Amino acid sequence: MRTRLTPLHLLAACAALVSVTPLLYLFVRTGSAGWADIWQILARPRTLELSVASLGLAAAVAGTCIALGVPLAWLLTRTAIPGGRLWLIVAALPLAVPSYVAAYTWLAAFPWLQGFAPAWAVLSLVSLPYVVLPVAAVLSQVDPAFDEVARTLGDGPLRSFRRTTAPLLWPAAAAGGLLSALYTLSDFGAVSLLRFDTFTRVIYTSYRAAFDRTSAAVLSLVLVLLALLFVVLERAMRSRHQQWRVGSGAARRAERVPLGPWRWPALLGVVGLFGLAVGFPMVVLVRLMVQSQRFEADPGSWLAATGNTVQAAGIGAVFAMLLALPIGVLAARHTDRVAKGVESAAFVSHALPGVVVGLSLVYLGLTVAPALYQTLAMLGFAYAVLFLSNAIGSIRSATAQVSRNVEEVARTLGDRPTRTWWRVTARLSAPGIIAGALLVLVTAMKELPATLMLRPTGFETLATEMWTFTTIGSFSQAAPYAFVLVLLAAIPAFALARLTGRRS
Amino acid sequence: MSSIEITGLTMRFAQTPVLKDLDLQVRTSTVTAILGSSGSGKSTLLRCLAGLLRPEQGVIQIGSTVVFGKGIWVPPERRGIGLVPQEGSLFPHLSVGDNVGYGLRGRNSGGRIAHLLDLVGLPGTSAMRPHELSGGMQQRVAVARALAPSPHVVLLDEPFSALDAALRDDVRQDVFAAIRATGATAILVTHDQEEAFAVADQVAVMMDNTIAQQAPPAEVYLTPVSLDVARFVGDTVLVPAHGTGACRAKTALGELPAQDPTSSGASGVLVFRPEDLQITGDGPVLAHAAVSSVSYHGHDTLLAARAGEQELLIRVLGRQAVAAGDDVTVRVTRPGVFFG
Repeated sequence: MRTRLTPLHLLAACAALVSVTPLLYLFVRTGSAGWADIWQILARPRTLELSVASLGLAAAVAGTCIALGVPLAWLLTRTAIPGGRLWLIVAALPLAVPSYVAAYTWLAAFPWLQGFAPAWAVLSLVSLPYVVLPVAAVLSQVDPAFDEVARTLGDGPLRSFRRTTAPLLWPAAAAGGLLSALYTLSDFGAVSLLRFDTFTRVIYTSYRAAFDRTSAAVLSLVLVLLALLFVVLERAMRSRHQQWRVGSGAARRAERVPLGPWRWPALLGVVGLFGLAVGFPMVVLVRLMVQSQRFEADPGSWLAATGNTVQAAGIGAVFAMLLALPIGVLAARHTDRVAKGVESAAFVSHALPGVVVGLSLVYLGLTVAPALYQTLAMLGFAYAVLFLSNAIGSIRSATAQVSRNVEEVARTLGDRPTRTWWRVTARLSAPGIIAGALLVLVTAMKELPATLMLRPTGFETLATEMWTFTTIGSFSQAAPYAFVLVLLAAIPAFALARLTGRRS
Repeated sequence: MSSIEITGLTMRFAQTPVLKDLDLQVRTSTVTAILGSSGSGKSTLLRCLAGLLRPEQGVIQIGSTVVFGKGIWVPPERRGIGLVPQEGSLFPHLSVGDNVGYGLRGRNSGGRIAHLLDLVGLPGTSAMRPHELSGGMQQRVAVARALAPSPHVVLLDEPFSALDAALRDDVRQDVFAAIRATGATAILVTHDQEEAFAVADQVAVMMDNTIAQQAPPAEVYLTPVSLDVARFVGDTVLVPAHGTGACRAKTALGELPAQDPTSSGASGVLVFRPEDLQITGDGPVLAHAAVSSVSYHGHDTLLAARAGEQELLIRVLGRQAVAAGDDVTVRVTRPGVFFG
């Protein structure tokens, strides 16, 4: 069947084009510097150093997440560990601690921390759920009959695990590991606070220093290309993982392995890990909150920052949904080449670190659209570009859940495609789309680097206030902002945990 | 209401043909069953007719309007067609009444909805939600919804296959009574040969992505155009045979009657239905055979028997005092169909 292009294809293509504008502009901007300059920057030993540091950190975090996450997921889903299913909710909680808040609490407790090792530890702890959640979901979904058949065919428990369960697990674990690597590569806050030079930190400092903008642009492009590589690998892994998704879910639940005397050491390990990832930051935060009461309370600036945060993120969420709507609907309903191409805008967005979007929009604002530079619209657009993939994902899955038959019936009853969408599809997918918009909203609220670079002068959000106080060492003054940020971030974390819980 | 005329319809999915140069004629206000196994392309045909898929070549005419042809494409919403999908697919966010009224635009819809719900045997359910209905009721509502805008043509895509066998007959009967009452032309896609025969005026057997035979049910069953069609629409007894030039064929069991003159010397197969063979009465004797198994179905009994190398199937009414191992005399009550 030939591809038939609809107005929806055109609309989605326009949206995709708009969303990759910052990246395209970055290419143009970098290219205009001339190959000689670009090559000179790429050939610097410093660039190689940065690549090694960034990739090394990403690899270390991914490795740690897999090494700790897989056994952890197994303990939580397949063994009779005290606490049972409650742990699956706890497992998502590290996501509620933005990396820069985690780094801030560790610094507040141990001000001498800096460099590779603390950055590695902090980022590993906060991105552990990227591996634990999908692996736990697979483990609780796998039909125990696989294992039972393997056992009757002569495999011992370990051999059976290796031959029947592990192959199903591996793609999920690898995809999770790549996701944590991508998260590390894009992270700006934690590495900056812990003073470990990666691409993001150096790009930001050379942008601030203002004398070396070409260098910032070239490094941004290198970073984006590395991130794209991770995204492509992650998608490949995930699609393998989905191919292997089994059955109708009617399968029985696996029996939990009794741990016997081992359950106390196991429990200690689990509690210890989550204690470091969530408990410790929360205790420090609360202590700092109490200390901050000694300073003159200034609820005015705190309220203003919250209001600003909601406003900017709200604009971002609206922009993101507007851009994502045609793309998500197209991706859910068409599988032609155009639809696939347009949807790749989503994974480009996924690969764009906040620093890079911030930088390219600063350039774009200064040279092409000075009227928009440092406006809320520009900041909202940055959020839209950064979180487009989340928005597309939620619209896509909400739309895909609406049965195509229902739409077809509406067509035969006399509705044009747009009217069908409005009378049927939109009504049925509305809850999913609204939930998606709210998730984009709360995710945008904790965004740091692009906000720092693009916010209007004098416009402070929770993240920027917290950042400013932390960088001047006023840890307790930063505490209330950090606290609200954690509460906000807990919303998407819980949403994710519920999703995993429902699937398992 | 409208007749349907399809000529030369062709379509491929990624180089695999799903419709091959297909022709189909449907007379106004009749019920035509498209009977095919899964993968025969029958659902694709239905969706092309509804305008939900766009074929590559051919012409589709509904009434006097060409809805698909060279440079012509009428979208589904302007074809005046009602669709009843496999699982009903009621809009889950609308009440039963709103589902039925979905295609009605401002016309006196309240009365029309009530009338249609009456017609499908569900009076007073207008305020209910789709999930409160049983599967059979959902299908009835889906039919009412399709009929509401008074379509010229109603398309039904295996609408009864998800229902319990006990329920299926009642729902089927009521649904086609309702459709016939409106005078709409109906096309039913099904893989169930009994269902096709029971409800349709015409049966179109779909094989290898085209229509192999289109005829009234009895004709399809009794004089199939090919061995494949014969085997698809019912149980068969296949006797290897040679043509004689007359209405007879030579077989290992002797000369047997054929419906039409068989071409002399042609080797082929003579096809009987199991009920053409009997073990009582006075038709010409086919063979003496040993019964190898007996399966009792209540209204009839199916005997498997063997005469030398020849396997036979015999369907007798009710219960017969025959057991496996018994010897029986098998008689032919109707001439077979010869395929050379």
